Amino acid sequence: MKILVAVKRVIDYNVQIRVKEDGSGVHTDNVKMSTNPPDDNATEESVKLKESGKVKEIVAVTIGDDKAQETVRKALAVGADRGIHVKSDTYIEPLGIAKILKKVVEKEKPDMIFLGKQAIDDDCNQTGQMLAAMLNWPQATFSSKVTLKDKSMEIVREIDEGLETVEVNLPAVVTCDLRLNEPRYASLPNIMKAKKKPIDQMVAKDLGVDITNRVQQLKVEEPPKRKAGIKVANVAELVSKLKNEAKVI
Amino acid sequence: MAREATEYDVVIVGAGPAGLSTAIKLKQLDPKLNVCILEKGSEVGAHILSGNVLETRALDELLPKWREQGAPIKTKVSKEKFLFLGKNSSLSWPTWLLPAVQKNHNNYIVSLANLCRWLAEQAEKLGVEIFPGFPASEVLYNEDGSIKGVATLDMGLDKDGNKKDGYQEGMELHAKVTIFSEGCRGHLGKELIKKFNLDEGKNPQQYGIGLKEIWEVSDEQHQEGLVMHTAGWPLDSKTYGGSFIYHAEKKQIYIGYVIGLDYQNPHLSPFDEFQRFKTHKAIRKMLEGGKRISFGARALIEGGLQSLPKMYMPGALLVGCDAGTLNMPKIKGTHTAMKSGMIAAETIIEHFKNKRTLSYYEELFKKSWVYQELYAARNVKPSFSWGLLLGIIFTGIDQILFRGKLPFTLKHKHADHEALKPSAQMPKIDYPKPDGKLIFDKTSSVYLTGTNHTDNQPVHLKLKDPNLPVSYTLNKYDEPAQRYCPVGVYEIQQEKFVINSQNCIHCKTCDIKEPSQNITWVAPEGGGGPKYGNM
Repeated sequence: MKILVAVKRVIDYNVQIRVKEDGSGVHTDNVKMSTNPPDDNATEESVKLKESGKVKEIVAVTIGDDKAQETVRKALAVGADRGIHVKSDTYIEPLGIAKILKKVVEKEKPDMIFLGKQAIDDDCNQTGQMLAAMLNWPQATFSSKVTLKDKSMEIVREIDEGLETVEVNLPAVVTCDLRLNEPRYASLPNIMKAKKKPIDQMVAKDLGVDITNRVQQLKVEEPPKRKAGIKVANVAELVSKLKNEAKVI
Repeated sequence: MAREATEYDVVIVGAGPAGLSTAIKLKQLDPKLNVCILEKGSEVGAHILSGNVLETRALDELLPKWREQGAPIKTKVSKEKFLFLGKNSSLSWPTWLLPAVQKNHNNYIVSLANLCRWLAEQAEKLGVEIFPGFPASEVLYNEDGSIKGVATLDMGLDKDGNKKDGYQEGMELHAKVTIFSEGCRGHLGKELIKKFNLDEGKNPQQYGIGLKEIWEVSDEQHQEGLVMHTAGWPLDSKTYGGSFIYHAEKKQIYIGYVIGLDYQNPHLSPFDEFQRFKTHKAIRKMLEGGKRISFGARALIEGGLQSLPKMYMPGALLVGCDAGTLNMPKIKGTHTAMKSGMIAAETIIEHFKNKRTLSYYEELFKKSWVYQELYAARNVKPSFSWGLLLGIIFTGIDQILFRGKLPFTLKHKHADHEALKPSAQMPKIDYPKPDGKLIFDKTSSVYLTGTNHTDNQPVHLKLKDPNLPVSYTLNKYDEPAQRYCPVGVYEIQQEKFVINSQNCIHCKTCDIKEPSQNITWVAPEGGGGPKYGNM
């Protein structure tokens, strides 16, 4: 079997985000970038399935500018076999990303597609779902446990009410929760070897799909600053404040 | 089982200006060499912090077409100011009365982190392999005692040293020659200086701590190209230090404060001196209403030529400030670090081609302009041990009249950790309270550095005697670690010494200033530490 795993380059989760003065977006110049954390879980799970002997090949794909290749290199260093870089210098919405991934799927014909449940930059949480719909494949989102069977997968999902267990037939789309696994470190010898693994190049706008953005971003603003809290002396004061000042009870 | 190992011609530890220049020069001289650089930061530049006003002399020699190649060197110095500050006053010193070494009219205001990122791109184009996120944590030796290479740290250990899920063993990198370019107080460099007695016959090394913030200010407050320095307030005349304020591109001001780590008062807090400094009326007007966007700190070398150790040993060279090539009166170390790396590369080529020993490095170094610069600069820093006024008068005579050619060399008498006086004998200092606008606390500052270390890993700040902080240092010096650490890693809580090592920004001040040398800084798991942007 074959897995396609999609990885995205985002601002590192430790970096304090700065909004541009003109409200057109956030600063990304000279900011440390990393792989979207749940995408690391997606890669890790693929590698685990390969190590179990059930999966033959893992292909890692990213969409973005030249530097986005770093995320593919990282996936190659932890165990993916080859990479695909779909080049685009401009932002593409989840719908466009899903259409591009569909093209890649048609070419690669994987049995499973693993993605992060959402990206920490735009928090859209749409790409996996849209991709499954367009392929007409079953989808299992927010996965925290994956068990691969002969022609299906049993998946435990993180949902609001608790955990839900579903079974999906292959081929299928799986989006991964942070609880799915503990991503391994890329070791130095494997990073060295990953430099020699192939990365195929494609160009987004040459794929024959409409990737025009549909949403117009008007303004990006910083969230309002949190006010300092207060200390109350006792429960009675707390209840009184909640009732009379905050008016929440 | 033996660790995995790989062979290179040259392994370089640290992707700062010295290490990157060594790599670039090596590949220029012999493209066939296999050269790799290990870098502990999560990317090149993440651990780089500097003023920085760049003198391009070394870069002009290394990459003469840097302008066409898009180097991030844009803001030429257009105006200079030097102020002596009193508590409520400021006296502008005429720039024509400044020694030549302190004039900057052909220099550029740059972000050294960005310059290093660019240098890394140039190095990679030449075929240098760079591995960020991998600290060299151990020096490897051959049977004859010469240096065989380095090993990277094991990753995925918990705080007790047990293997976690995803554990990865470190790797050995063997090299014909290993270059140590870790910057000021590199932890492997420190080990080598001791092991090979490289500082024999030299004065004790002198250090400073530099703190820096980047501010975004209004058009009216900004004067692109302005370079300003101050001396005096808030430091007393016995404490060596001063500020820098550089008006960089994009309406940013790089503002910082450097304090010699030979200060005597254990109550002094370099972080709070810097915060207090910004409240001076001549300074606050440049910042008020603006926004602080970055913070960081790093120790730097101040010892100069008297303290410069021997820079070669069997199988390895020390370059840049891992040895200590910073020019103190010039307040610049980038060009000298780069040049020392370039000379190291020339030495290695001679070593490979003509079997010359690595001691040839010293010969080339002494013939270079770096040596001339450091020679002329050698008496400035020690003269300030007589106090600010005498230091200035002497420096005027030494630098303006004699241009550094006085026929004697002043000595550094003490190591920095010996300088503290007992806390009971020294005055307490009342620092202003943080207002969150101009004056900040350590917590909000460390937050801006993007610092993170995987929480469950061995503590990388090692105590030789874990009881000493409470049993001795607290009584005698009021545990100065609480104050000299710029990000509050060390705390005394309920008579216990607490180390918040996940906040460490790798400045190395504790390793230098701890009065009993009880703290040793070692490399934590790769990729940890600050994530500086354009510092």
